[in-house]
Amino acid sequence: MLEIKNLQVSINNKSILKGLNLSIKPGELHAIMGPNGSGKSTLANVLSGKGGYKISGKLNFEGKDLKEITIEERAKKGIFLAFQYPLEIPGVNTNIFLKTSLNSIRKARGEKEMDTLSFLKLLKEKSSELGIDENFLSRQLNVGFSGGEKKKNEILQMKILDPNFSILDETDSGLDIDALKVIANGVNSSRNKKKSFLVITHYQRLLNYIKPDFVHVLSDGKIVKSGCSELAEELEKTGYKKTN
Amino acid sequence: MTKQNININQDYKYGFITDIENIRAPKGLSEQSIKFISDIKKEPKWMLDWRLKAFERFKNLEEPNWQKPKYPKINYQDLYYYSAPKSLSDKPKSLDEVDPKLIETYNKLGIPLQEQKKLSGVAVDAVFDSISVATTYKDELTKKGIIFCSISEAIQKHSDLVKKYLGSVIPISDHYFATLNSAVFTDGSFVYIPPNVRCPMELSTYFRINASETGQFERTLIIADKGSYVSYLEGCTAPIRNEKQLHVANVELVALDDAEIKYSTVQNWYPGDKDGVGGIYNFVTKRGVCRGRNSKISWTQVETGSAITWKYPSCILQGDNSIGEFYSIAITNNHQKADTGTKMIHLGKNTKSKIISKGISAGKADNTYRGLVDIGRKALNSRNYTQCDSLLMGNKCGAHTIPYIKNKNSSSIAEHEATTSKINEEQLFYCNQRGLNQEESVSLIVNGFCKEVLQQLPMEFAVEAQKLVSISLEGSVG
Repeated sequence: MLEIKNLQVSINNKSILKGLNLSIKPGELHAIMGPNGSGKSTLANVLSGKGGYKISGKLNFEGKDLKEITIEERAKKGIFLAFQYPLEIPGVNTNIFLKTSLNSIRKARGEKEMDTLSFLKLLKEKSSELGIDENFLSRQLNVGFSGGEKKKNEILQMKILDPNFSILDETDSGLDIDALKVIANGVNSSRNKKKSFLVITHYQRLLNYIKPDFVHVLSDGKIVKSGCSELAEELEKTGYKKTN
Repeated sequence: MTKQNININQDYKYGFITDIENIRAPKGLSEQSIKFISDIKKEPKWMLDWRLKAFERFKNLEEPNWQKPKYPKINYQDLYYYSAPKSLSDKPKSLDEVDPKLIETYNKLGIPLQEQKKLSGVAVDAVFDSISVATTYKDELTKKGIIFCSISEAIQKHSDLVKKYLGSVIPISDHYFATLNSAVFTDGSFVYIPPNVRCPMELSTYFRINASETGQFERTLIIADKGSYVSYLEGCTAPIRNEKQLHVANVELVALDDAEIKYSTVQNWYPGDKDGVGGIYNFVTKRGVCRGRNSKISWTQVETGSAITWKYPSCILQGDNSIGEFYSIAITNNHQKADTGTKMIHLGKNTKSKIISKGISAGKADNTYRGLVDIGRKALNSRNYTQCDSLLMGNKCGAHTIPYIKNKNSSSIAEHEATTSKINEEQLFYCNQRGLNQEESVSLIVNGFCKEVLQQLPMEFAVEAQKLVSISLEGSVG
């Protein structure tokens, strides 16, 4: 599904990713851990197409060179990024934003646009599945949301848009245990043979609830260690320093 | 509204090649041309005298130049102040002859074909759909005693009302442009709502017979008698023309005891092209007076067009407990300039005013909010709340907020809040990541920014305005 080879990324002449290799197959969940400043969020941004980076190396998604296509085309191809800091958009209702987003993605998939009634039904279903209070859906997008609400909203969007490849950028940071469970539940209930995930996190805590197929340690722009879920536990004990 | 084309700085030689089928006033501003206008409209003598009085005052007035957007000097003697509707044969025969760019815009706005023809000045048959519609409405309005006609018709048929109220809000000698309008106004709307009548529908120029050929110097007068209510919509769209055009209108509103007037404008005059060639100078005076107790006047404007917009729809809160509101969206793109805002003059006790202004600047445009809140000595316990938000797109545009606040008694409170923000790259990234393209994202963010104002518009208008907001900013973020 995703094939990254010798990915080099720099911003303002500062090299951030220095030859990263990663291959993710359909149905796999990969966790990327690493200290602050190791390039985790840059990887998430580059995969979703954010501008401002100088990129070289191979970056293929389902056989297509990602470097060639825009942010929204990637989204339409099924790449979803759960933001570390979800943005506030004043004056725009959460459910209207989601409906607009869903319909533009459905259109790209060649599906019919969803009418308001069916959309609200879907929204109700998914939010109750996640145990999310529906009330915040009629509020302005992320405006006045608590940190936990913002992150839950990201996972709800993921459930609604139903992407093939989801990147969770430190979605677990700053969450209490209940919110963490909501997030984990959202991911676990979406997992199947076709869907892949890249979960970026600082802590092993999330991985108690989400079982990764692979864990990678990112340090100074490179993956320095890969393993299965036990690696995460090991890291929690020894810290990142030892891996260098 | 668009055919009476006044050319500014038009070359003399070409200016004289007049189409014989056109009835035009003598060129330039003179007693003669004013008499010509009054004569051709078969106005009573008092009206002509009124115009001439305005002209006398005009001669002694100086053109103001305190506004932010500057413009080349206008030669007022080089204009035609009246040009009769061209005959049908002069108009484009079908939409094929109209600039395709304009048609594209109409299609984006979802304007029906018949209306497209009307807007772009295509000759249409006398049997025109909306005329029968208008007639039906007219019957219903007449039954309730509502008068809704052109100001020219009102001058002849309802001269007592016109005499009493015309110039009572914007006096003849008010200021340069208002006085010019008083001397040479050609047409406009007249509305009278009798006591305790709630006008059953939104009144708009579109539904008024004769509306298609209103002059560049419009005059509108709306009177809401005691306990009445009216909502009036004004939509302006102009075809693309290369020369600068001058549009000087006066709008007067009078609300008596317990009456309410809601006045909504969607202004989409031609803004000029990408390089600033052409476009309308939109210099308009709009003022309402809450003359009675508990009366209310609410202005809502969505200004997306014109090369220069220069106007301050204002409320004089004379009656005790009266309320004035001003909701505004001003969008400027490319080389457009806007200097707009409001004046809230509190005279009565317990008067309230609210100002919500949203300015959006893109390209090389310049957007100024200028507003006055004046709470008089006797306007005890009055309140004002002002919120001015500016949104910048790109780094070549400008936004300015110039509030004047005068509070002359200690029991009143004026609050002013202002923000300036740039359209946020991160917000755009977020929207893009959710599958929205650049234009959809900008439109979503900007419409969100404007929401408090858009909500004030009547439903159908709001939809059109939202689309206009998006269209006006197309290509502004690259």
